[in-house]
Amino acid sequence: MVQLLNASGCLDALTAPGVAASLDAFVTKTVTPEPREGNAPVRIAETEHGMLNAIGLANPGRERFLAEMLPRLRQLGLPLWVSVGGFAAHEYAETCARLEDVTIELNLSCPNVDEAPESAAEIVAACRKVTASPLYAKLSPHAWDMGETVRAVEAAGADGVSLVNTLRGVALDRQLRPALARIAGGYSGPALKPVALAAVCAARAVTGLPIVGMGGVGSGRDALELIACGATHVALGTVLFADPDAPQRVREELAGEATRAGFATPDEAFASALTSVAKMAN
Amino acid sequence: MSRPARERRRVLAVEAVGPYALVRVDRGGIDPGIPGQFFMLEAPGRVLPRPMSLCQAPQGELAFLLDPVGPGTKALAELEPGDRLHVFGPLGNGFRLDVARPLLVGGGIGVAPFPFLSEALEHPPAVLGFRSERHAEAAVLVPNAEVVIDPVLVTDALPAGRDVLACGPEPMLEAVRALAPDAQLAWEAPMACGYGACYGCAVEIDGALKRLCVEGPVL
Repeated sequence: MVQLLNASGCLDALTAPGVAASLDAFVTKTVTPEPREGNAPVRIAETEHGMLNAIGLANPGRERFLAEMLPRLRQLGLPLWVSVGGFAAHEYAETCARLEDVTIELNLSCPNVDEAPESAAEIVAACRKVTASPLYAKLSPHAWDMGETVRAVEAAGADGVSLVNTLRGVALDRQLRPALARIAGGYSGPALKPVALAAVCAARAVTGLPIVGMGGVGSGRDALELIACGATHVALGTVLFADPDAPQRVREELAGEATRAGFATPDEAFASALTSVAKMAN
Repeated sequence: MSRPARERRRVLAVEAVGPYALVRVDRGGIDPGIPGQFFMLEAPGRVLPRPMSLCQAPQGELAFLLDPVGPGTKALAELEPGDRLHVFGPLGNGFRLDVARPLLVGGGIGVAPFPFLSEALEHPPAVLGFRSERHAEAAVLVPNAEVVIDPVLVTDALPAGRDVLACGPEPMLEAVRALAPDAQLAWEAPMACGYGACYGCAVEIDGALKRLCVEGPVL
């Protein structure tokens, strides 16, 4: 059965443990080596079909995360995914080396901070050397050739990919000033779904690795579409802000949506969008 | 502390109060909470809900006063009786009510939590500032209020020796704090979730950025 997760940075399990418990696994906000206050306000803005955020990886830093937050998160009794960030490959690797009994998701694609100079594959390779934990690469929808990027991180040792992070966007207020203090932010919400579907299709065409599909999922139908494009897991992001009951609701809707689409179970719809294209080509 | 609940509630009425809209919904199983706490109201057709403090809590009802200035607040003001919307709350920390000589100080739509607060404190005096006579019509919701209209400011009419509880635009709150350093101030920030998930409503508190929805909105 497909697993439901939260998208990193879209839920605080310690503040809302009940919501976290309704997921199959909890993904933490990205942990960086040093503590980060995040960007100056204003940090969020709603748009017509989504929202922008420029939080800027606010987090207590690696040491406080390991000493204080991780033990409290473990007490929740949920499978944990730790989102790891950094500003150079060795920073990612240093955090990975300290993590055990978790799945690691490398945040290789935050639009709100400066990027590491190394490529996604180089960062994955550096982390693979120091950890045996499952390693997922979270990639940007900006990748020009998604298939190429997925092949590269798989060759570097990734155990899965998370698709997609937010798209970079700008919103203006009535007086034409940027709504966000940082001007640009990450665009998420309903408008991102076709982008996510395209990324998952492109990835599934080149890899057999697990794929966490995310981007604009608000309903069971949305989740089913990601599964049909080849996602093995589905993560909920922006919808959690509007509806903390979304995990439960999406799970309930999934089965009915599969039936409506002519599949006995959601799992049976896995990658069906790709095989139907292949059939048409024949 | 009351536990927040999220329910789909029915609109009973939307009443004009000057330029503002008073949205009344049936309460269902939702607790009104403490004055100054807030609720996330589903804004029809919008991606994100809107945070609103509770204005009135008559038997079986929850009433929210809002200023229809943006797409979300306009959508809420255009609700019709019988429409349904998700209401989630009460959220955040409200006013501390253990004050000896309360004085409510409000500016503009910042008067929204005062009818509920005034009732809880047995109608203490209030000083309310508005930008026009028309906006000042909202003062009818707050008993025992002295009203000032721009260019007169609430800080021009602030008596000394009172326990101030204030809500209004940021410059007003800063000015009130300068005169009454111990005042309880209800702040506002853009908010996506209202329950600590999005980190969007960060404000500087004691030199560090903290989530207003969890640490506030009353600080």
